[in-house]
Amino acid sequence: MTSAAKKLLMDPFSDNNPITIQVLGICSALAVTVKVDTAIVMTLALTAVVTLSNFVISLLRNVIPSGIRMIVEMAVIATLVIIADQLLQAFLFDISKQLSVFVGLIITNCIVMGRAEAFALQNPPKDSLIDGLGNGLGYGIVLIAVASIREVLGFGSWLGFKLFPESYMGNGLALLAPGAFIILGLLIWAQRTVTKYVED
Amino acid sequence: MDLLSLAIKSIFVENILLAYFLGMCSFLACSKKVDTAIGLGFAVIFVLAITLPANWAIHHFLLAPGALAWVPGGKLAGLDLSFLNFICFIATIASMVQLVEMILDKFFPVLYHALGIFLPLITVNCAILGGSLFMVEREYGALESTVFGISSGVGWLLAIASMAAIRKKLRYSHLPDGLKGLGITMIMTGLMAMAFMCFSGINL
Repeated sequence: MTSAAKKLLMDPFSDNNPITIQVLGICSALAVTVKVDTAIVMTLALTAVVTLSNFVISLLRNVIPSGIRMIVEMAVIATLVIIADQLLQAFLFDISKQLSVFVGLIITNCIVMGRAEAFALQNPPKDSLIDGLGNGLGYGIVLIAVASIREVLGFGSWLGFKLFPESYMGNGLALLAPGAFIILGLLIWAQRTVTKYVED
Repeated sequence: MDLLSLAIKSIFVENILLAYFLGMCSFLACSKKVDTAIGLGFAVIFVLAITLPANWAIHHFLLAPGALAWVPGGKLAGLDLSFLNFICFIATIASMVQLVEMILDKFFPVLYHALGIFLPLITVNCAILGGSLFMVEREYGALESTVFGISSGVGWLLAIASMAAIRKKLRYSHLPDGLKGLGITMIMTGLMAMAFMCFSGINL
């Protein structure tokens, strides 16, 4: 793999992370992170959608008239999300029920739209594919980190394995909405301190 | 009375932003100034109030399992097109936003200029699509979905307006570098969500 491609793939993991730096796709990062397994499934679904949508839109980039590009992008993304949703309902029904409306909301997830607008429209298909993959996985890392903290604090387990003895009471706040906001806030603080990113 | 209870529930108890995290992107991006926050909030109420009944009609008369039974001949009665929900909803939302934009431009130019750039942005606001998807999942009726749409919008306005006010104060305080901007906003939102949780248990 060339160094440019490697940079495309690795940048979203930390220096240009879609959630903590670009501030895209926050909704689902909070909503599906009560447990690690839902976070992993969501990561897979989103990575597949963003990779393929970047690829398809990049292939189409020279034939899309700029006036209707939003609608074309929406149509591509919505089709991919419908496929992802049908696959989840067919093979992972329980988790698809837990994710409820948030699979459908991948359509309006700003990462997918944002990468299509900012990257796929200007770059060749191969680079766009790698960029989509990198951004999907960079999103996944944050998702799984938040989910790990919430599941360990809230249930005393990780991916369903009990980590603490039965006497552990479980911190209910970590499972509720405020806990999600505060944990993600602290995570962003930590990540930005490490990468020395300062918002004006 | 049920409708009032539903309205109170979706404004305070199950606030679409603070309990379901919908519309976070625009919430974070547009809560720097109070004026713009309120403008966007009203635009969201407006669009939710229009798209929810429209999407309800599309779902109920065209896409739901067995919805096409009204077509003469009865051959289409067994059809289940609900997998087309996502793409139809987003198309409705996009075209409704466009329509609202044109109507406002023609008849209410003052309001149009006040909302300005926010209207087109609303198409990709997850609170709008989320409202439609929740409506399907919870099987609301026509009237219920209208009330749900309006009150979710009001809840969203409430959240973004108060966050804009807090961020205005926050600008003059000293924060660690890494916490500036997104970090502190998330934590403040968490505290706000905690405050809103006090409303849970209210039953009318």
